[in-house]
Amino acid sequence: MEGGATYVSDLGNLKATELRLGLPGTDAPEKPTPENPRGSKRALLEANEEFRGKSKSPEADPNGQEAAPMAKAQVVGWPPIRSYRKNSFQARKAEAEGAGLLVKVSMDGAPYLRKIDLKVYKGYKELGEALENLFKCFSLGELSGMEGCNGSEYAITYEDKDGDWMLVGDVPWEMFISSCKRLRIMTGSEARGMRSSP
Amino acid sequence: MREERSDMSEDEDGGGGSAKSRGGGGAPPPFSDQVLEIVLENVLQFLSSRRDRNAASLVCRSWYRAEAQTRRELFIGNCYAVSPRRATERFRRIRAVVLKGKPRFADFGLVPINWGAHFHPWVSAMAAAYPWLEKLCLKRMSVADGDLSLLAHSFPNFRELSLICCEGFSTAGLAVIAEKCRHLRVLDLIEDYLEDDEDEMVDWISRFPETTTCLESLGFDCVGGAVNFEALEALVTRSPALRRLRVNHHVSVEQLHRLMARAPQLTHLGTGSFGSAAAAAAAAIPQGGNNVVDLVSTFAASKSLVCLSGFRDMAPQYLPAIYPVCASLTSLNFSFAEISAEELIPVIRHCHSLQIFWVLDTVRDEGLQAVAATCKDLRELRVFPLDATEDSEGSVSDVGLIAISEGCRKLRSILYFCQQMTNVAVVTMSKNCQDLVVFRLCIMGRRRPDHVTGEPMDEGFGAIVMNCKKLRRLAVSGLLTDKAFAYIGKYGKLVRTLSVAFAGNTDLALMYVLEGCTKLQKLEIRDSPFGDSALPAGLHHYYNMRFLWMSSCKLSVRGCMEVAQRLPHLVVEVIRERDEDDDHEAVEKLYMYRSLAGPRNDAPPFVEIL
Repeated sequence: MEGGATYVSDLGNLKATELRLGLPGTDAPEKPTPENPRGSKRALLEANEEFRGKSKSPEADPNGQEAAPMAKAQVVGWPPIRSYRKNSFQARKAEAEGAGLLVKVSMDGAPYLRKIDLKVYKGYKELGEALENLFKCFSLGELSGMEGCNGSEYAITYEDKDGDWMLVGDVPWEMFISSCKRLRIMTGSEARGMRSSP
Repeated sequence: MREERSDMSEDEDGGGGSAKSRGGGGAPPPFSDQVLEIVLENVLQFLSSRRDRNAASLVCRSWYRAEAQTRRELFIGNCYAVSPRRATERFRRIRAVVLKGKPRFADFGLVPINWGAHFHPWVSAMAAAYPWLEKLCLKRMSVADGDLSLLAHSFPNFRELSLICCEGFSTAGLAVIAEKCRHLRVLDLIEDYLEDDEDEMVDWISRFPETTTCLESLGFDCVGGAVNFEALEALVTRSPALRRLRVNHHVSVEQLHRLMARAPQLTHLGTGSFGSAAAAAAAAIPQGGNNVVDLVSTFAASKSLVCLSGFRDMAPQYLPAIYPVCASLTSLNFSFAEISAEELIPVIRHCHSLQIFWVLDTVRDEGLQAVAATCKDLRELRVFPLDATEDSEGSVSDVGLIAISEGCRKLRSILYFCQQMTNVAVVTMSKNCQDLVVFRLCIMGRRRPDHVTGEPMDEGFGAIVMNCKKLRRLAVSGLLTDKAFAYIGKYGKLVRTLSVAFAGNTDLALMYVLEGCTKLQKLEIRDSPFGDSALPAGLHHYYNMRFLWMSSCKLSVRGCMEVAQRLPHLVVEVIRERDEDDDHEAVEKLYMYRSLAGPRNDAPPFVEIL
């Protein structure tokens, strides 16, 4: 729990309230690997609660007066390119890198799964953006776990080598990609359940 | 056509009149009416245009019935505008159906999954009503494997299936079609989302009948997984009527070579990857020389090729292989190939006959200048961005647009993505390309002004509507004030489809359009500051439109409700994806359309129909 407390106080600074699209834990100052990953998970859940209270959709302001940190937030469906076309280039990039680390990504409520190559991404932020892109047609909005559709949260989770479902973002990126077997974007009550687990 | 109609009227009056007088004061004998209707039907069967048919059906009841009996092609632009039952009850002898579902902005993720447009009620109704159905074209519909199975089992004479931007089905559904539709001539899958899990893909290509097929067109470039190549090759071999073949990116250039050898009569070819199968492409280069030579001769032998597409993963050394067919190409789609101007120029300078050209902006303005220099007959140009983000480095600009306008004077349709543009360039195009019917300019940076003058793009788009007298479809972008919309309303008298994003200052802009564009049928707007007070400006016109879409504007439930109450045959859908804790009044997404069917009964929970 100590690791958790430290994490929460880190988030007390201004950076914590910066409105960005990204997975929790990205851009955080390098911290030692928490001894108990599940303990720090709770801290992240609390952090998510904080974000949810303060953040608002970056695309909400049609008059274009976006707050500076949000200025470059990508908007859903703009530029107007069909996902078919966007995905063709992404998939090709992933395949070209060789074997890579292909993992399946499922999203609750989506009728089909996607597959991504974890080796393509440099960190959690890129992964978050890519997942958002892939599931844009499901009107995902932000995928950071901060705010989701239908008033319910999203949580990006992964199945690790032991078969356990973990919240993405706890461990350093390299450790994550070496232990991640598949990804699942949880929605609604289950996501809330993840957050309130002790 | 009109002369015939007046002749018929005269005959009808004469016939009816004389029958009446003969019959005394009673009801006219039904027999002569029936004879008249049969005569009518014999004439009306030649009417093919649906607009003509709609007009004919309004003349009188007799004409209505005769037209309904003779209509063979049913076009439903909005699957919710009429119920399947009503359509099948009126038109009894349909052989071909076109059915469209979701609004176009669904392509860009603005319509939540499970919104609707289910094919199921339609296929069920048609299975009962149209046993002789031959052709089906679906666009933006949700199609399940079960629907495809029902289709395959219900229509023994089924010939042509086109699925465009559909989702919900998988290779399992394709397998049933392949197996059961013995007279299948056309199977075109265009930009669909298939539901396959890679472990569970079905070998649908193997399910086509083993005998000679009557396939004329087979397109599966959107199918995600690899197909059984041996089966595909065998299928092509036993399909002597095959003219159009579009394979997916799993087909390598070596495999393509084999397919082309089997089908030298092809007119349309989707080339798949056009890259080497070997993952280490460098290792293939020593053999590559021979491969290219073989490929060139194969293309040379394909004397009928007029349309090329694919090139999904193109190895540039193979590009010269297409030189032999360039001169006869009328359509070329490079929009998945990341080629530079240097790679494009040697190809395009042979393409004198090109009418349709789709390309990526990687060819830059220089590449477009080469297009303008050679393709004097160009009718349609689409320039897509490789990097579809707002702050990517712009590869094409006003320079390319001006070049195209100067070289391709017969241009009718353009879709152009860029990062920056000038009014001068757009004005130039409006003057040079008087035949423009479709003008879609997407300046990817939201609200970006003229990058030279810093002014809004009002004058450019104004010139387009003013000078291009045949304009029917317009998509605007960049920084636009209400003035642009005043121009559109004043001059855009033929505009049927208008797409607006991040534009305008006040409600006036929307009012100008609703009041001025008398032929407007489809209006889609996003992220523009238009509110409730603009909506009444269209009350006189909404019944003439197919739909109005407005998302992230300034509408409220009250304003939309007023429209719904004033126009009972308008279905007004409010789509709410997230709980607006603070604002239940705000309407995030509005989709409204005329309908004879009333509010649909399959609306998901996040859709509220006012």
